[in-house]
Amino acid sequence: MSNVKEVLFGPILANNPIALQILGICSALAVTSSLSVSLVMSIALTLVTGFSSFFIAIIRNHIPNSIRIIVQMIIIASLVIVVDQVLKAFAFEISKQLSVFVGLIITNCIVMGRAEAFAMKNGPVMSFLDGVGNGLGYSVMLIIVAVFRELLGAGKLFGVEIFTTIQNGGWYQPNGLMLLPPSAFFVIGLVIWALRAYKKDQVEAPEFKIAANSRSQEGV
Amino acid sequence: MEHYISLFIKAVFVENMALAFFLGMCTFLALSKKVETAIGLGIAVVVVLAITVPLNNLLYQNLLVDGALEWAGLPGVDLSFLGLLSYIGVIAACVQILEMTLDKYVPSLYNALGVFLPLITVNCAILGASLFMVERDYNFSESLVYGVGAGVGWALAIAALAGIREKLKYSDVPAGLRGLGITFITVGLMSLGFMSFSGVQL
Repeated sequence: MSNVKEVLFGPILANNPIALQILGICSALAVTSSLSVSLVMSIALTLVTGFSSFFIAIIRNHIPNSIRIIVQMIIIASLVIVVDQVLKAFAFEISKQLSVFVGLIITNCIVMGRAEAFAMKNGPVMSFLDGVGNGLGYSVMLIIVAVFRELLGAGKLFGVEIFTTIQNGGWYQPNGLMLLPPSAFFVIGLVIWALRAYKKDQVEAPEFKIAANSRSQEGV
Repeated sequence: MEHYISLFIKAVFVENMALAFFLGMCTFLALSKKVETAIGLGIAVVVVLAITVPLNNLLYQNLLVDGALEWAGLPGVDLSFLGLLSYIGVIAACVQILEMTLDKYVPSLYNALGVFLPLITVNCAILGASLFMVERDYNFSESLVYGVGAGVGWALAIAALAGIREKLKYSDVPAGLRGLGITFITVGLMSLGFMSFSGVQL
Protein backbone atom coordinates (compact mmCIF):
# COMPACT_ATOMS: atom_id res chain seq x y z
CA MET A 1 0.00 0.00 0.00
CA SER A 2 2.81 2.39 0.87
CA ASN A 3 4.26 1.52 -2.51
CA VAL A 4 1.14 2.87 -4.23
CA LYS A 5 1.42 6.08 -2.26
CA GLU A 6 5.06 6.46 -3.20
CA VAL A 7 4.40 5.87 -6.89
CA LEU A 8 1.46 8.26 -6.95
CA PHE A 9 2.69 11.12 -4.77
CA GLY A 10 6.49 10.76 -4.99
CA PRO A 11 6.77 12.77 -8.21
CA ILE A 12 5.01 15.78 -6.70
CA LEU A 13 7.75 16.95 -4.32
CA ALA A 14 10.46 14.37 -3.89
CA ASN A 15 11.06 13.60 -7.56
CA ASN A 16 9.33 16.35 -9.50
CA PRO A 17 9.65 15.76 -13.26
CA ILE A 18 10.14 19.46 -14.05
CA ALA A 19 12.29 20.59 -11.15
CA LEU A 20 14.56 17.58 -10.88
CA GLN A 21 14.49 15.48 -14.02
CA ILE A 22 14.37 18.39 -16.56
CA LEU A 23 11.46 16.76 -18.39
CA GLY A 24 8.50 18.38 -20.11
CA ILE A 25 9.61 21.95 -19.67
CA CYS A 26 8.60 23.29 -23.08
CA SER A 27 4.88 23.32 -22.57
CA ALA A 28 5.22 24.14 -18.89
CA LEU A 29 6.63 27.52 -19.81
CA ALA A 30 4.48 28.36 -22.78
CA VAL A 31 0.96 27.89 -21.47
CA THR A 32 1.34 29.36 -18.00
CA SER A 33 0.34 32.95 -18.69
CA SER A 34 -3.25 32.13 -17.74
CA LEU A 35 -4.48 29.80 -15.00
CA SER A 36 -7.46 28.27 -16.80
CA VAL A 37 -5.34 27.34 -19.82
CA SER A 38 -2.69 25.73 -17.62
CA LEU A 39 -5.36 23.78 -15.76
CA VAL A 40 -6.71 22.36 -19.02
CA MET A 41 -3.17 21.56 -20.16
CA SER A 42 -2.44 19.79 -16.84
CA ILE A 43 -5.55 17.65 -17.07
CA ALA A 44 -4.78 16.76 -20.69
CA LEU A 45 -1.20 15.81 -19.91
CA THR A 46 -2.11 13.80 -16.80
CA LEU A 47 -4.68 11.79 -18.75
CA VAL A 48 -2.34 11.16 -21.67
CA THR A 49 0.55 10.11 -19.42
CA GLY A 50 -1.67 7.83 -17.33
CA PHE A 51 -3.37 6.09 -20.22
CA SER A 52 -0.31 5.79 -22.46
CA SER A 53 1.59 4.15 -19.58
CA PHE A 54 -1.42 1.86 -19.03
CA PHE A 55 -1.67 0.72 -22.65
CA ILE A 56 2.07 0.38 -23.12
CA ALA A 57 2.27 -1.71 -19.94
CA ILE A 58 -0.46 -4.02 -21.25
CA ILE A 59 1.42 -4.83 -24.45
CA ARG A 60 4.95 -4.46 -23.06
CA ASN A 61 5.75 -8.17 -23.46
CA HIS A 62 4.72 -8.21 -27.10
CA ILE A 63 6.69 -5.17 -28.36
CA PRO A 64 9.91 -6.11 -30.18
CA ASN A 65 12.73 -4.16 -28.61
CA SER A 66 14.04 -2.60 -31.82
CA ILE A 67 10.81 -0.81 -32.74
CA ARG A 68 9.56 0.02 -29.26
CA ILE A 69 10.02 3.79 -29.66
CA ILE A 70 7.78 3.88 -32.74
CA VAL A 71 5.14 1.74 -31.02
CA GLN A 72 5.14 4.01 -27.96
CA MET A 73 5.01 7.05 -30.18
CA ILE A 74 1.95 5.75 -32.04
CA ILE A 75 0.06 4.98 -28.83
CA ILE A 76 0.88 8.43 -27.45
CA ALA A 77 0.03 10.21 -30.71
CA SER A 78 -3.35 8.45 -30.93
CA LEU A 79 -4.23 9.49 -27.37
CA VAL A 80 -3.17 13.07 -28.08
CA ILE A 81 -5.36 13.17 -31.20
CA VAL A 82 -8.33 12.09 -29.03
CA VAL A 83 -7.56 14.83 -26.48
CA ASP A 84 -7.12 17.40 -29.25
CA GLN A 85 -10.44 16.55 -30.88
CA VAL A 86 -12.28 16.58 -27.54
CA LEU A 87 -10.85 20.01 -26.71
CA LYS A 88 -11.79 21.37 -30.12
CA ALA A 89 -15.34 20.09 -29.66
CA PHE A 90 -16.02 21.19 -26.08
CA ALA A 91 -13.55 23.95 -25.22
CA PHE A 92 -12.81 25.67 -28.50
CA GLU A 93 -11.63 28.97 -26.99
CA ILE A 94 -9.06 27.27 -24.78
CA SER A 95 -7.92 24.98 -27.57
CA LYS A 96 -7.24 28.10 -29.68
CA GLN A 97 -5.11 29.55 -26.88
CA LEU A 98 -3.18 26.31 -26.47
CA SER A 99 -2.57 26.32 -30.26
CA VAL A 100 0.22 23.87 -31.06
CA PHE A 101 0.95 22.90 -27.50
CA VAL A 102 -1.69 20.17 -27.29
CA GLY A 103 -0.02 18.51 -30.25
CA LEU A 104 3.32 18.91 -28.57
CA ILE A 105 2.23 16.62 -25.73
CA ILE A 106 3.42 13.88 -28.11
CA THR A 107 7.00 15.00 -27.78
CA ASN A 108 6.66 15.92 -24.12
CA CYS A 109 9.52 14.07 -22.52
CA ILE A 110 7.47 13.18 -19.43
CA VAL A 111 5.16 10.93 -21.43
CA MET A 112 7.98 9.22 -23.33
CA GLY A 113 10.20 9.09 -20.26
CA ARG A 114 7.63 7.34 -18.09
CA ALA A 115 6.71 4.92 -20.87
CA GLU A 116 10.35 3.99 -21.33
CA ALA A 117 11.46 4.01 -17.70
CA PHE A 118 8.45 2.60 -15.87
CA ALA A 119 5.71 1.18 -18.10
CA MET A 120 8.05 -1.17 -19.97
CA LYS A 121 8.95 -2.90 -16.69
CA ASN A 122 5.78 -2.83 -14.56
CA GLY A 123 2.17 -4.00 -14.65
CA PRO A 124 -0.67 -1.90 -16.11
CA VAL A 125 -2.19 -0.68 -12.83
CA MET A 126 1.09 0.48 -11.30
CA SER A 127 2.08 2.09 -14.60
CA PHE A 128 -1.20 3.95 -14.73
CA LEU A 129 -0.63 5.28 -11.20
CA ASP A 130 2.94 6.23 -12.04
CA GLY A 131 1.75 8.10 -15.12
CA VAL A 132 -0.92 9.94 -13.16
CA GLY A 133 1.57 10.74 -10.39
CA ASN A 134 4.05 12.28 -12.80
CA GLY A 135 1.23 14.14 -14.48
CA LEU A 136 0.30 15.56 -11.07
CA GLY A 137 3.90 16.58 -10.38
CA TYR A 138 3.85 18.46 -13.68
CA SER A 139 0.43 19.97 -12.92
CA VAL A 140 1.48 21.27 -9.49
CA MET A 141 4.46 23.05 -11.00
CA LEU A 142 2.37 24.46 -13.85
CA ILE A 143 -0.33 25.76 -11.54
CA ILE A 144 2.15 27.42 -9.16
CA VAL A 145 3.81 29.22 -12.07
CA ALA A 146 0.46 30.18 -13.60
CA VAL A 147 -0.85 31.60 -10.30
CA PHE A 148 2.18 33.89 -10.02
CA ARG A 149 2.09 34.96 -13.65
CA GLU A 150 -1.62 35.64 -13.94
CA LEU A 151 -1.98 37.25 -10.51
CA LEU A 152 0.98 39.58 -10.87
CA GLY A 153 0.63 40.09 -14.61
CA ALA A 154 -3.07 40.88 -14.82
CA GLY A 155 -4.32 40.97 -11.22
CA LYS A 156 -6.66 38.08 -12.00
CA LEU A 157 -7.11 34.39 -11.26
CA PHE A 158 -9.22 32.28 -13.66
CA GLY A 159 -10.13 35.62 -15.28
CA VAL A 160 -11.73 36.88 -12.03
CA GLU A 161 -10.23 40.08 -10.70
CA ILE A 162 -8.39 39.62 -7.40
CA PHE A 163 -6.31 42.80 -7.26
CA THR A 164 -8.32 45.71 -8.65
CA THR A 165 -6.13 47.26 -11.32
CA ILE A 166 -5.53 50.98 -11.80
CA GLN A 167 -7.50 50.98 -15.05
CA ASN A 168 -10.56 49.87 -13.09
CA GLY A 169 -10.06 52.47 -10.37
CA GLY A 170 -8.14 50.20 -7.99
CA TRP A 171 -4.61 50.28 -6.63
CA TYR A 172 -2.76 47.53 -8.46
CA GLN A 173 -0.41 48.42 -11.30
CA PRO A 174 -0.22 45.23 -13.40
CA ASN A 175 3.30 44.01 -14.14
CA GLY A 176 3.22 43.38 -17.88
CA LEU A 177 6.56 41.54 -17.81
CA MET A 178 4.89 38.63 -16.01
CA LEU A 179 2.81 37.89 -19.08
CA LEU A 180 5.85 37.80 -21.39
CA PRO A 181 8.02 34.73 -22.04
CA PRO A 182 11.07 35.65 -19.88
CA SER A 183 9.10 35.73 -16.64
CA ALA A 184 8.21 32.05 -17.04
CA PHE A 185 11.91 31.22 -16.81
CA PHE A 186 12.42 33.46 -13.79
CA VAL A 187 9.42 32.05 -11.91
CA ILE A 188 10.42 28.42 -12.55
CA GLY A 189 14.01 29.19 -11.53
CA LEU A 190 12.81 30.73 -8.27
CA VAL A 191 10.36 27.88 -7.59
CA ILE A 192 13.23 25.43 -8.03
CA TRP A 193 15.26 27.48 -5.56
CA ALA A 194 12.42 27.38 -3.03
CA LEU A 195 11.94 23.63 -3.52
CA ARG A 196 15.65 22.95 -3.05
CA ALA A 197 15.84 25.13 0.02
CA TYR A 198 13.14 22.87 1.49
CA LYS A 199 14.53 19.56 0.17
CA LYS A 200 18.28 19.93 0.67
CA ASP A 201 19.13 16.57 -0.93
CA GLN A 202 18.16 17.91 -4.37
CA VAL A 203 20.91 20.54 -4.40
CA GLU A 204 23.40 19.85 -7.18
CA ALA A 205 27.08 19.46 -6.42
CA PRO A 206 29.19 22.40 -7.60
CA GLU A 207 31.26 21.69 -10.72
CA PHE A 208 34.03 24.00 -9.70
CA LYS A 209 35.03 25.02 -6.22
CA ILE A 210 36.34 28.51 -5.66
CA ALA A 211 39.47 28.40 -3.53
CA ALA A 212 39.53 30.49 -0.41
CA ASN A 213 41.52 33.68 -0.74
CA SER A 214 44.92 32.50 0.44
CA ARG A 215 46.64 35.83 0.06
CA SER A 216 44.29 37.96 2.07
CA GLN A 217 47.22 39.71 3.75
CA GLU A 218 48.24 41.37 0.49
CA GLY A 219 44.74 42.49 -0.10
CA VAL A 220 44.62 44.52 3.06
CA MET B 1 12.67 37.63 -52.37
CA GLU B 2 12.25 40.29 -49.71
CA HIS B 3 9.35 38.34 -48.34
CA TYR B 4 11.58 35.29 -47.79
CA ILE B 5 14.38 37.29 -46.20
CA SER B 6 11.99 38.88 -43.76
CA LEU B 7 10.47 35.47 -42.99
CA PHE B 8 13.96 34.10 -42.33
CA ILE B 9 14.98 36.96 -40.04
CA LYS B 10 11.68 36.69 -38.21
CA ALA B 11 12.11 32.96 -37.68
CA VAL B 12 15.68 33.37 -36.40
CA PHE B 13 15.35 36.37 -34.09
CA VAL B 14 11.82 37.58 -33.44
CA GLU B 15 10.13 34.20 -33.16
CA ASN B 16 13.09 32.31 -31.81
CA MET B 17 12.02 28.70 -31.24
CA ALA B 18 13.80 28.29 -27.94
CA LEU B 19 13.53 31.72 -26.36
CA ALA B 20 10.12 32.95 -27.51
CA PHE B 21 8.15 29.71 -27.84
CA PHE B 22 10.08 27.52 -25.38
CA LEU B 23 10.38 24.67 -27.84
CA GLY B 24 13.02 22.01 -27.50
CA MET B 25 13.68 23.11 -23.93
CA CYS B 26 14.51 19.67 -22.55
CA THR B 27 17.51 19.15 -24.82
CA PHE B 28 18.23 22.89 -24.69
CA LEU B 29 18.84 22.74 -20.95
CA ALA B 30 20.26 19.24 -20.72
CA LEU B 31 22.91 19.47 -23.46
CA SER B 32 24.14 23.05 -23.17
CA LYS B 33 27.06 22.49 -20.83
CA LYS B 34 29.74 22.52 -23.56
CA VAL B 35 29.91 24.80 -26.61
CA GLU B 36 31.15 21.95 -28.80
CA THR B 37 28.22 19.63 -28.06
CA ALA B 38 25.80 22.52 -28.37
CA ILE B 39 27.03 23.42 -31.85
CA GLY B 40 26.87 19.77 -32.98
CA LEU B 41 23.31 19.47 -31.76
CA GLY B 42 22.43 22.83 -33.30
CA ILE B 43 23.64 21.76 -36.75
CA ALA B 44 21.73 18.49 -36.48
CA VAL B 45 18.55 20.43 -35.66
CA VAL B 46 19.05 22.78 -38.64
CA VAL B 47 19.48 19.81 -41.00
CA VAL B 48 16.49 17.88 -39.69
CA LEU B 49 14.23 20.95 -39.69
CA ALA B 50 15.25 21.89 -43.24
CA ILE B 51 14.18 18.42 -44.40
CA THR B 52 11.08 17.67 -42.33
CA VAL B 53 9.20 20.99 -42.47
CA PRO B 54 8.96 21.11 -46.31
CA LEU B 55 8.24 17.37 -46.40
CA ASN B 56 5.40 17.72 -43.93
CA ASN B 57 4.17 20.69 -45.94
CA LEU B 58 3.92 18.49 -49.05
CA LEU B 59 2.16 15.80 -47.05
CA TYR B 60 -0.30 18.30 -45.60
CA GLN B 61 -1.07 20.07 -48.88
CA ASN B 62 -1.44 16.93 -50.97
CA LEU B 63 -2.97 14.37 -48.64
CA LEU B 64 -4.39 15.75 -45.44
CA VAL B 65 -6.01 19.14 -45.97
CA ASP B 66 -9.75 19.36 -46.59
CA GLY B 67 -10.47 18.40 -50.20
CA ALA B 68 -6.87 17.45 -51.02
CA LEU B 69 -7.81 13.92 -52.00
CA GLU B 70 -9.85 15.10 -54.94
CA TRP B 71 -7.41 13.50 -57.41
CA ALA B 72 -8.19 10.13 -55.86
CA GLY B 73 -11.93 10.61 -56.38
CA LEU B 74 -12.58 11.55 -52.74
CA PRO B 75 -13.46 15.28 -52.84
CA GLY B 76 -15.17 15.57 -49.46
CA VAL B 77 -12.55 13.83 -47.34
CA ASP B 78 -10.79 15.82 -44.59
CA LEU B 79 -7.93 13.90 -43.02
CA SER B 80 -6.39 16.81 -41.13
CA PHE B 81 -7.12 15.11 -37.78
CA LEU B 82 -4.47 12.53 -38.72
CA GLY B 83 -1.91 15.36 -38.93
CA LEU B 84 -0.18 14.79 -35.58
CA LEU B 85 0.30 11.10 -36.23
CA SER B 86 1.66 11.58 -39.75
CA TYR B 87 4.04 14.43 -38.87
CA ILE B 88 5.66 12.51 -36.08
CA GLY B 89 5.88 9.46 -38.35
CA VAL B 90 7.62 11.50 -41.06
CA ILE B 91 10.01 12.99 -38.52
CA ALA B 92 10.91 9.64 -36.98
CA ALA B 93 11.41 8.07 -40.40
CA CYS B 94 13.51 11.00 -41.69
CA VAL B 95 15.78 10.95 -38.70
CA GLN B 96 16.27 7.21 -39.08
CA ILE B 97 17.03 7.48 -42.81
CA LEU B 98 19.36 10.43 -42.26
CA GLU B 99 21.22 8.48 -39.62
CA MET B 100 21.70 5.46 -41.90
CA THR B 101 22.73 7.57 -44.90
CA LEU B 102 25.27 9.51 -42.89
CA ASP B 103 26.64 6.31 -41.40
CA LYS B 104 27.16 4.83 -44.88
CA TYR B 105 28.42 7.81 -46.90
CA VAL B 106 29.74 10.49 -44.55
CA PRO B 107 31.12 8.64 -41.51
CA SER B 108 32.99 11.70 -40.21
CA LEU B 109 29.79 13.73 -40.00
CA TYR B 110 28.00 10.71 -38.55
CA ASN B 111 30.55 10.50 -35.77
CA ALA B 112 30.01 14.16 -34.98
CA LEU B 113 26.21 14.17 -35.13
CA GLY B 114 25.41 10.50 -34.54
CA VAL B 115 24.63 10.66 -30.84
CA PHE B 116 22.28 13.60 -31.25
CA LEU B 117 20.15 12.31 -34.10
CA PRO B 118 17.96 9.87 -32.10
CA LEU B 119 17.40 12.58 -29.49
CA ILE B 120 16.05 14.89 -32.16
CA THR B 121 12.97 12.76 -32.84
CA VAL B 122 11.58 13.72 -29.46
CA ASN B 123 12.72 17.33 -29.65
CA CYS B 124 9.60 19.49 -29.52
CA ALA B 125 11.20 22.13 -31.75
CA ILE B 126 11.02 19.78 -34.73
CA LEU B 127 7.36 18.84 -34.33
CA GLY B 128 6.56 22.39 -33.23
CA ALA B 129 7.95 23.88 -36.44
CA SER B 130 5.78 21.53 -38.51
CA LEU B 131 2.70 22.45 -36.48
CA PHE B 132 3.40 26.18 -36.80
CA MET B 133 3.85 25.68 -40.54
CA VAL B 134 0.36 24.15 -40.73
CA GLU B 135 -1.21 26.73 -38.42
CA ARG B 136 0.19 29.65 -40.44
CA ASP B 137 -0.62 28.05 -43.78
CA TYR B 138 2.83 28.39 -45.38
CA ASN B 139 3.35 27.22 -48.95
CA PHE B 140 6.22 24.96 -49.97
CA SER B 141 8.98 27.55 -50.47
CA GLU B 142 7.92 29.50 -47.39
CA SER B 143 8.04 26.34 -45.31
CA LEU B 144 11.56 25.60 -46.54
CA VAL B 145 12.75 29.07 -45.52
CA TYR B 146 10.89 28.83 -42.22
CA GLY B 147 12.37 25.39 -41.45
CA VAL B 148 15.95 26.59 -41.99
CA GLY B 149 15.33 29.84 -40.10
CA ALA B 150 13.78 28.12 -37.11
CA GLY B 151 16.71 25.72 -36.98
CA VAL B 152 19.32 28.47 -37.20
CA GLY B 153 17.56 30.41 -34.44
CA TRP B 154 17.52 27.39 -32.17
CA ALA B 155 21.18 26.58 -32.89
CA LEU B 156 22.14 30.20 -32.17
CA ALA B 157 20.33 30.16 -28.85
CA ILE B 158 21.83 26.88 -27.62
CA ALA B 159 25.36 27.89 -28.67
CA ALA B 160 25.00 31.20 -26.84
CA LEU B 161 23.65 29.53 -23.70
CA ALA B 162 26.47 26.98 -23.73
CA GLY B 163 28.99 29.82 -23.95
CA ILE B 164 27.45 31.48 -20.91
CA ARG B 165 27.28 28.25 -18.95
CA GLU B 166 30.94 27.45 -19.58
CA LYS B 167 31.85 30.67 -17.79
CA LEU B 168 29.08 30.38 -15.24
CA LYS B 169 30.54 27.28 -13.64
CA TYR B 170 33.31 29.39 -12.09
CA SER B 171 30.88 31.64 -10.30
CA ASP B 172 29.67 31.24 -6.75
CA VAL B 173 25.95 30.52 -7.03
CA PRO B 174 23.70 30.09 -3.95
CA ALA B 175 23.36 26.39 -3.14
CA GLY B 176 19.69 25.95 -4.05
CA LEU B 177 20.03 27.70 -7.40
CA ARG B 178 23.07 25.74 -8.47
CA GLY B 179 22.70 23.88 -11.77
CA LEU B 180 19.16 23.95 -13.08
CA GLY B 181 17.89 26.98 -11.19
CA ILE B 182 20.53 29.44 -12.33
CA THR B 183 20.28 28.07 -15.87
CA PHE B 184 16.61 28.97 -15.93
CA ILE B 185 17.34 32.50 -14.76
CA THR B 186 20.11 32.85 -17.36
CA VAL B 187 17.78 31.68 -20.12
CA GLY B 188 15.21 34.16 -18.86
CA LEU B 189 17.70 36.99 -19.24
CA MET B 190 18.65 35.78 -22.73
CA SER B 191 14.99 35.65 -23.65
CA LEU B 192 14.62 39.23 -22.40
CA GLY B 193 17.50 40.18 -24.71
CA PHE B 194 15.93 38.45 -27.70
CA MET B 195 12.66 40.27 -27.02
CA SER B 196 14.35 43.48 -28.08
CA PHE B 197 14.22 42.12 -31.64
CA SER B 198 10.45 42.05 -31.52
CA GLY B 199 10.21 45.68 -32.62
CA VAL B 200 12.18 45.02 -35.80
CA GLN B 201 10.07 45.78 -38.84
CA LEU B 202 11.19 44.46 -42.20
